Amino acid sequence: MTSTRETRLYQVGTFAAGNRLLDLEDRSVQAHPDRTNAITSGHRACRGCGEALGARFVLDAAVRAAGGDLVTANATGCLEVFSTPYPESSWQVPWLHSLFGNAPAVASGMAAGLRAQGRATRVVGQAGDGGTVDIGFGCLSGMFERNDDVLFVCYDNQGYMNTGVQRSGATPPAARTATTSTAGDVPGNPFGQGKSAPLIAMAHEIPYVATATVADLRDLEDKVTRAMEHHGARYLHVLVPCPLGWAADPSDTVRLARLATESGLFPLFEAEHGEVTGVTPIRHRVPVDDYLRLQGRYAHLFGEPGRPDLVARLQAGADRNIARFGLLEEGGDRP
Amino acid sequence: MCRPQVVAAYPISPQTHIVEALSDLVRTGELAQCEYLTVESEFAAMSACIGASAVGARAYTASASQGLLFMAEAVFNASGLGLPIVMTVANRAIGAPINIWNDHSDAMALRDAGWIQLYAADVQEATDLHLQAFVVAERTSLPVMVCMDGFVLTHAVEEVDLPEQEQVDAFVPPFVPQQLLDPDDPVTIGAMVGPEAFTEVRYLMQQRMDTAIGTVAEVAHDFREAFGRSSGGLVRGYRLEDADTVLVTLGSVAGAATEVVDELREQGIAAGTLTLTCFRPWPDEAVREALAGARRVVVLERAFSVGRGSIVGQDVRDSLHDLPVTVVEAVGGLGGRPVRRSDVRRLVEGVAADLLPTGRLHFLDLDHALLASAGVR
Ligand SMILES: Cc1ncc(C[n+]2csc(CCOP(=O)(O)OP(=O)(O)O)c2C)c(N)n1
Ligand code: SF4
Ligand SMILES: [Mg+2]
Repeated sequence: MTSTRETRLYQVGTFAAGNRLLDLEDRSVQAHPDRTNAITSGHRACRGCGEALGARFVLDAAVRAAGGDLVTANATGCLEVFSTPYPESSWQVPWLHSLFGNAPAVASGMAAGLRAQGRATRVVGQAGDGGTVDIGFGCLSGMFERNDDVLFVCYDNQGYMNTGVQRSGATPPAARTATTSTAGDVPGNPFGQGKSAPLIAMAHEIPYVATATVADLRDLEDKVTRAMEHHGARYLHVLVPCPLGWAADPSDTVRLARLATESGLFPLFEAEHGEVTGVTPIRHRVPVDDYLRLQGRYAHLFGEPGRPDLVARLQAGADRNIARFGLLEEGGDRP
Repeated sequence: MCRPQVVAAYPISPQTHIVEALSDLVRTGELAQCEYLTVESEFAAMSACIGASAVGARAYTASASQGLLFMAEAVFNASGLGLPIVMTVANRAIGAPINIWNDHSDAMALRDAGWIQLYAADVQEATDLHLQAFVVAERTSLPVMVCMDGFVLTHAVEEVDLPEQEQVDAFVPPFVPQQLLDPDDPVTIGAMVGPEAFTEVRYLMQQRMDTAIGTVAEVAHDFREAFGRSSGGLVRGYRLEDADTVLVTLGSVAGAATEVVDELREQGIAAGTLTLTCFRPWPDEAVREALAGARRVVVLERAFSVGRGSIVGQDVRDSLHDLPVTVVEAVGGLGGRPVRRSDVRRLVEGVAADLLPTGRLHFLDLDHALLASAGVR
């Protein structure tokens, strides 16, 4: 049986990745004739995996900024598992996986080892949200505090996906995971204090901190490029929707990432030496409902009777972000 | 002296002065082209060594006790990745109860971590073993622990013959990594390996460890040629030729052991002693050869497996399994209790007179009065 589906073509004017109709300098790394292709296809990520998409763009941009002279350290997690099932590897860059909780320290050691040998090779460390904000947090903070010459990238899919979608310190309130079920008075992940790794990174006053998503890949590439212009400790926190863990349609990955920012739940900003230097204003503000309803992990909030009280609390969190970062004000660093 | 390029360490007694001194050497430039990372934990120290070694830098750290356990996950990882990191272990007890003094519980807890473990008998040997460790590590691409008894050796003030830098440079050639993260020739290190090949990876580790027995011996031989001093190697025997009863030890007890042997010989007891320098890989043949002539062996160690008994004793017994040798297992010197010559002599005398039964762990230096005061009989 064959089926037909409508294909829509986007032309110039969008900044869609892969758009080869743009002028050379306006093209994304992916559409550039000398694209780097740090991660080749054929890896084992789920369909619509935001992490695979994010990592490819981050690494390609970093490799390009480093002129190909780059090594990477990777924590245990989906990215590691889906990219290196022995005897295969998707990595076209030198890549080392050591443990779940030590990627920042391994990266620090790489930077020190390269410096000692007088080599200018750049270092990128990467981990999921668990490897970053939870088990790897001590190593990350140490790396920041010493200002080691490492770009560390967190691919935040808001849970321990590799082990079957358990809660992490980055799981948002009310989200259902395998360890925060929908049973009880407050279904899903409890409302806690939150743990903003980017803000904590900023508190270390490191040279560069930024947040990004896989909805705006040009923005993501730009931030990687900017991060690579700096030396010292740099931190990039990328929201990468996970269709499996979020119980969402694989074709909604990019849409979800966009709705996360347009609702105010995931603010996009950059900071240098502890000060916010730019935010990406919200162009079309949406209520958090629009974002939540697409995800099975929030299904318990809707329907009959639903939990409008919890949705309201989530909306309050988004409103707070909007006020705090001035996301609706003009004057962000980009149009 | 061995020109490490990255030192990453976290302070813990009785290792602190080692990392303090190294920090000074790096700051003053005496240790040139070396990066000193003041990491936030031992876990980070070993992890940073892993990163440094993988990009081709000679990496070194030092730890002990709680610190060694804190980095344990990364210790296993370093050997699995085949990275020739060298680590000084200033052997110290493990709490609870917290105790900063010497025994071997820390290194023994990591017995199966896939690291080569060398134990120093005195300060001179500790110095020499470090030179040898870098050569062994880089030749085998396996990590090496140089174990030296906390305080007993780490804080001993003894005259040490420090070799000239040129001699060391000739003995410890620059590090040529067997695997390297190189942007010009990208490799993936640390891939995920499933049941289809995991056994083979571990088998190759075992093979490499077996080969390392030869390398340890060979490097000790080269050391003697280069420096004119016998140091390191697999095992060292003392008055073993016609010995009936042999005391087996590791670490700094070796000194007391030789003195006790001399005393017993004067009393007419045919005693000898064997010091194990290399504990992992287990030098089966060397142990067997050294002890084959004995009738009784007593293993005295500064750690034991709670719920089982002797750790080293099991290995010794295994090496001698088909020989008519009785193996008695003893533990002493825990948590810094000094190993007294008189206790050791009494132990060996007892074994020589067949007074100590096999099959149970003998405590060398139990304070029975203290136990009684706690209501224990
Ligand atoms: C010390 C240790 N604890 C637990 C695990 C099991 N584990 C492996 S990956 C993982 C979760 C990874 O989550 P995250 O870092 O968010 O990455 P993701 O898979 O979501 O991309 C866990 C719990 C481990 N490998 N090591
Ligand atoms: S579970 Fe999620 S993060 Fe992991 S591969 Fe699948 S989509 Fe990607
Ligand atoms: Mg995750």
